[in-house]
Amino acid sequence: MPRETIYEAKIEYLQILNEDGVLDESEAEGSLTDEQALELYEQMWIYRRFDEIAFKLQRSGRMGTYPQNKGQEANAAGSGLAMQRGVDWVVPCYRENLAMHLHGMPYHQILMHWMGDERGNMIPEGVKMTPLSVPIGTHMLHAAGIGWAMKLRGESGAVITYFGDGATSEGDFHGAMNFASVLQAPVIFFCQNNQWAISVPFEQQMHSRTVAQKALAYDMPTIRVDGNDIFAVYKATKEARERAVNGGGPSFIEGMTYRLADHTTADDARRYRDPAEVEAWAEKDPLIRTRKYLASKGLWDDEKQALLGERAEKIVGEIVKAAEGVEPPRTEDFFDYMFAEPTPELVEQRDTMRTSSIGVNPGQIGLRAQGERV
Amino acid sequence: MAKLTLVQAINQALDHEMTRDDRVIILGEDVGKNGGVFRVTEGLAEKHGEHRVQNTPLDESGIIGAAIGLAMAGMRPIPEIQFEGFMGPAYDQIVNHAARYRARSRGTVTIPMTIRVPVGGGIHAPELHSDSPEAIYTHSPGLKVVMPCTPYDAKGLLLSAIRDPDPVIFFEPKRVYRSFREEVPEEDYTIPIGEAKVVNDGDDLTVVTWGASVFQCLEAIDGLPDDVSVELIDLRTVDPIDIDCIAESVQKTGRCVVVHEAPRTAGLGAEISALVQERCFLHLEAPVQRVTGFDTIMPYYKLELEYLPDAERIGKGITECLAY
Ligand SMILES: Cc1ncc(C[n+]2csc(CCOP(=O)(O)OP(=O)(O)O)c2C)c(N)n1
Ligand SMILES: [Mg+2]
Repeated sequence: MPRETIYEAKIEYLQILNEDGVLDESEAEGSLTDEQALELYEQMWIYRRFDEIAFKLQRSGRMGTYPQNKGQEANAAGSGLAMQRGVDWVVPCYRENLAMHLHGMPYHQILMHWMGDERGNMIPEGVKMTPLSVPIGTHMLHAAGIGWAMKLRGESGAVITYFGDGATSEGDFHGAMNFASVLQAPVIFFCQNNQWAISVPFEQQMHSRTVAQKALAYDMPTIRVDGNDIFAVYKATKEARERAVNGGGPSFIEGMTYRLADHTTADDARRYRDPAEVEAWAEKDPLIRTRKYLASKGLWDDEKQALLGERAEKIVGEIVKAAEGVEPPRTEDFFDYMFAEPTPELVEQRDTMRTSSIGVNPGQIGLRAQGERV
Repeated sequence: MAKLTLVQAINQALDHEMTRDDRVIILGEDVGKNGGVFRVTEGLAEKHGEHRVQNTPLDESGIIGAAIGLAMAGMRPIPEIQFEGFMGPAYDQIVNHAARYRARSRGTVTIPMTIRVPVGGGIHAPELHSDSPEAIYTHSPGLKVVMPCTPYDAKGLLLSAIRDPDPVIFFEPKRVYRSFREEVPEEDYTIPIGEAKVVNDGDDLTVVTWGASVFQCLEAIDGLPDDVSVELIDLRTVDPIDIDCIAESVQKTGRCVVVHEAPRTAGLGAEISALVQERCFLHLEAPVQRVTGFDTIMPYYKLELEYLPDAERIGKGITECLAY
């Protein structure tokens, strides 16, 4: 018998709003309305200001290491809007702050997180989200589990999980994809391909031509979109969500974008990255093209921009005030949240701030007997 | 003689061994052009070629698993895990493979590999960048675990580790990376794995520690009254533990305080305390005191200094052990 082809695949690329702010009208069908585009532009702009101020807080010693999201706002904005707040779950990494915000995580808590405070990870009542995740590539399995639980419980809705191009190298990434696929869980795997994992470029991270093709191995609907185009990101996410809530299982989206800033404030990308590449991508900035589009529709002008600037300044000022204004965390907190009920040993350590129970009196059994702070 | 930081001394040792032995290769996330996130491998890719200082995919299990293969097949790999908090994905490869191959193949398959890992807290780092997991790997038979805290010791111990025929985890206390310089000879020299160092001689009490805590202990001892004489031991290697050095000291002083950043329960302080009890029972004037991290997750950095044993807490531990 001659050999036959038993499997063939293709990867589609979707761009609706190009770098010049020109919309592909036929593909725009079913994507954002102009009001939504306007709303997202404002959100992205306010976010950008937040990001710049966060950077400055780090530089002036008021905050620790911070990973800027600059340049990747469209991925977060478009996908964030396509998911239903309070219904769907968001399982983020750390470069989609705007999506977290759109789903109810207050910005000042994101700052508190990077200011070294676990209270920044507290999920507000009614918000369906996990705290941002630091161990790369590991949290997507939680999205698979959440989606599975929703299916078991007959809940309508979907889960979206975000991760970078580098994260797809971890074994857990493939575990998450396989679990979601085998269990046909309503999960959207959203890869923010910013083409760098700290100093490691895409071509060194994988020999695959796209990230999107990795989903083929799990027979998952998959697409690469222009991640700096809110229309394409929104549409792809909306389609994936519809599939998920209608029992179609998981989907994969690769949002092609670029990290315009250093990896974090602890990084210096000039050591490994050609400035010309950064400049070229700066021209594809999602904010620039969205503004061009809105202006071409008569929905935006310099005056509106000036007003937005003032509004953003005020909003971000309040956020910083809220983050810096919280009372310092209590030492007791790191004991009290270890378990629902602290163990006796933890109580002892908390109350004495000691890890040894010997004291000055040979007859003494425990510290509390000696009348130390209880 | 050049005065080097810990980072520079490790860099010099790597450079030295790569020049001397062409089987040595470095692999890890960002170790190439970027020189690692702490710049420990700075300049090495340029000098020895990117194929010998290989940027890898973001996959700790892959890094260690592939390094095991490299080691089996005649190379001397030095994999880097970017922070101790990210050893998790590699745990299976380290504990279930690297540590076991020699024994389960009755010596026919061996893994000469040195895993370099920045370790410990105190630098205001993000979550999962400040832990101290040395006891976990000490508890796993088949691994040697080293944690020097001075540039001189780091170079000598790293050369020993790379030349060791078995897997060694080489922890680098990141709090000390650039905190001071000392003279480090450019020549080849080694410090044997498993040999502790007496940092301060003393007669009244023995403090046993390692890593960045050595400096907190020095500060604590400095703050004690002049008539108190404390012997300070820097283990340098935590597995195997140099119990002879500890026992000799405690038999002299009769009192022992163990200090470490990691949580207390089932930590290395427990092991050392048991060994001291076995070797020095009749010499002991007081129970062995442990001043360690608490049995909680390492708190995020706003509270990390409350968690880490500092000079005050160590000083109190010493005073109470003396008064017992
Ligand atoms: C398991 C794990 N290994 C290593 C790191 C250190 N680290 C933090 S971010 C990063 C690169 C992540 O790249 P990518 O997934 O592409 O996300 P990006 O930062 O580009 O958004 C690395 C190696 C980590 N946080 N977790
Ligand atoms: Mg990336």
